[in-house]
Amino acid sequence: MKELLSGNEAIARGAYEYGVRLASAYPGTPSTEILEYIGDRYPEIKAGWAPNEKVALEVAAGAAYGGARALAAMKHVGLNVAADPFMTLSYTGVNGGLVIVVCDDPEMHSSQNEQDTRNYAKFGKTPCLEPSDSQEAKDLIGEALKISEKFDTPVIFRSTTRVSHSMSLVETGSRTEGAVELGLKKDPVKFVMLPAMARKKHPWVEQRMKDLAEFAETFQYNIITEGSKSLGIIASGIAYQYAREALPEASFLKLGMVWPLPEKLIRKFAASVDRLVVIEELDPFFEEAIRLMGIQVEGKSLTGLCGELSVEKIEIALKGKSSAESIGSIDVELPMRPPNLCPGCPHRATFTALKKHKLYVAGDIGCYTLGALPPLGMLDNCLCMGAGIGIAAGLARSLGDLAKGKAVAVIGDSTFYHSGMTPLLELAYNGGAATIVIMDNSTTAMTGAQHHPGTGYTLREDQTITADMEKLCESFGFKRIRKVNPYKVKELQQVLSEELNADEPSVIIAKAPCALLKTGRILPDKPLSINPENCTGCKSCINTGCPALEYVKEERTVKGKKFKGYSRINASLCVGCNTCFEVCKFNAIEEAS
Amino acid sequence: MSLDKVYNVLIVGVGGQGIILASDVLGRVAARRGYDVKKNEIHGMAQRGGSVSSHVRFGKKVSSPIIKMGEADVLVSFEQIETLRYFPFLSKEGQVILNDQRILPPAVFTGLQDYPAGIIEKVKEKAPRSVIVNGTEVANKIGNSRVINVILLGVLSNYLDIPVETYEEVLKESLKPKLLDINLKAFNEGRSLAS
Repeated sequence: MKELLSGNEAIARGAYEYGVRLASAYPGTPSTEILEYIGDRYPEIKAGWAPNEKVALEVAAGAAYGGARALAAMKHVGLNVAADPFMTLSYTGVNGGLVIVVCDDPEMHSSQNEQDTRNYAKFGKTPCLEPSDSQEAKDLIGEALKISEKFDTPVIFRSTTRVSHSMSLVETGSRTEGAVELGLKKDPVKFVMLPAMARKKHPWVEQRMKDLAEFAETFQYNIITEGSKSLGIIASGIAYQYAREALPEASFLKLGMVWPLPEKLIRKFAASVDRLVVIEELDPFFEEAIRLMGIQVEGKSLTGLCGELSVEKIEIALKGKSSAESIGSIDVELPMRPPNLCPGCPHRATFTALKKHKLYVAGDIGCYTLGALPPLGMLDNCLCMGAGIGIAAGLARSLGDLAKGKAVAVIGDSTFYHSGMTPLLELAYNGGAATIVIMDNSTTAMTGAQHHPGTGYTLREDQTITADMEKLCESFGFKRIRKVNPYKVKELQQVLSEELNADEPSVIIAKAPCALLKTGRILPDKPLSINPENCTGCKSCINTGCPALEYVKEERTVKGKKFKGYSRINASLCVGCNTCFEVCKFNAIEEAS
Repeated sequence: MSLDKVYNVLIVGVGGQGIILASDVLGRVAARRGYDVKKNEIHGMAQRGGSVSSHVRFGKKVSSPIIKMGEADVLVSFEQIETLRYFPFLSKEGQVILNDQRILPPAVFTGLQDYPAGIIEKVKEKAPRSVIVNGTEVANKIGNSRVINVILLGVLSNYLDIPVETYEEVLKESLKPKLLDINLKAFNEGRSLAS
């Protein structure tokens, strides 16, 4: 029987069925669940979280060098981190099959940019496959591994949010092991990329791409479906599914291998239709390559460069209007509902303490990025994983007195192990009066609570080492290292004052577990309440942005004074973190009776 | 149900309301009846109390996993404001199932904006056949506030031509044994509400 699987479940299933022996990843939406499913369901696969994507790819490369089939998974920006090993893996080639699953995020549902990974395949001179549903996601993992072994190359497997997180029916099968002999194989000419060896490898890489382009001509997932001669569509991935629905009468060339392209097949298809249109999300990747072939083609002039495509966008672009008739909208101004830090989140407490000082806060990627939103509004930049520390160091040293006592970076624990250690070392090494606040919530929270080297557990919940952040900072040479409980907001404010005034770099570790974690819980899980007799409606508590608090507009008189409103605590949401208690100047907040 | 038509059910609400479980069950129910099924929702940041929508499409052959504007046969909304946010997805003849719960967004609980008034009346004006459910009350009557999602699934089942037994089968497979009875009760309670 067919099973209803998400794209990510199907990728994990494919890894199992096609004999992957090792899988490594760093969490990142929309790719995270791939390793989680492998961890939960397929003990045949050695699998674990890597501190970052570069390491994940190197671990997978090691397995492949030894003849094992291997998979590394990451979100699109993760491949930037892993770009160094990726670019030269193309030269060394592999041995056992190596598939690099990269999940793009058109529309940036959970990302900082919408880069198109197909460009990396061209840049790194490797093949790239792209599924359009869960069945293909499973099947193409098998094809990617076969191609990897046959052509001695890493293969990029590009998914997108809508493929990874959509469910569709999949025919499942049993596991087959890879055919390559396992072992430690010495072959310096192949694997040691000294200039003399690399110079020999470059022409080999170029020939490999020609061979792959020839292979693409008859690859069974590059398929022509004949329809009307008046319109021919070239598409891949989820864009194919949208186009198929928007333009059911058209002829289609669907590409399962999106790089290199099958030129003869494209010429044949182009010659068979009156009008040729490429439907692709993000960059004009096919369009430009096809135009370079001297073929007349339309694409981005119709569908645009930014954001996701959809059935209606394609209908509007090619038919002038959507085929559906909406009931219409109801004209009411709707409040937005952005994601928010949870009730009891330790980051809220830390930001509340930071807010008491006039600071410039460099941040990066994690739940704490949400601290940028009102009413906290505490992040002044967010560039990429680990960037905040380097940015604070650069500001502190270049601006001197202008940044004195103001240059702060915040970083989470998982991000610290991902890419925060090297900029922290730079700060210790070159100096600068920056204050680094490590917001240690003992998990990778934003992607749904994954373990990392600081939590003491592995992907499969086996006990392991716990990296010691404080000792790391000490060994880097920091003289000023403070540890605080962020829920003690006033104490944290005091520590901040001292560290901001110091003339040297300092680290504050604000440690309290994520409020959603069941283990190691320090939260009392008893709601607080507000005594309306004492509440003046000053909104100090409201401005922490806690969803368990509500400002009630209601004019009233308390102890002879008139007030416009007061705060109320929703007992079903409050976990008793005490952040509001710490900021209340009127003793209005107390334990619920 | 017509063989060639694709059925489109859009389930919306706020992260943490159990929308994904409800749409998972519906997807599996449709698959069990032999339909091609596609289902999509956005994970990630939406978990942090953000707006959530789950698209379930089933029919003889489904290409896109996303329901387009004006195409939803049924809009099941777990929260009042979210009903309006996703209202234009509904087709002209579409059916609304609205849980009358209000979850305050940040601009409202911080006192910057008011929670819009009269939402239910406005929805009924535009879509008179709308079913309004007091999910919290029904759930409390059953004795578990976390079954609102399955109550709404029960209401929804009245608008899809799929036998009750299929839902029950899938619920049995999807839930832990100790939660099964209360959820079956919730489903049947919901099913009896709409008629």
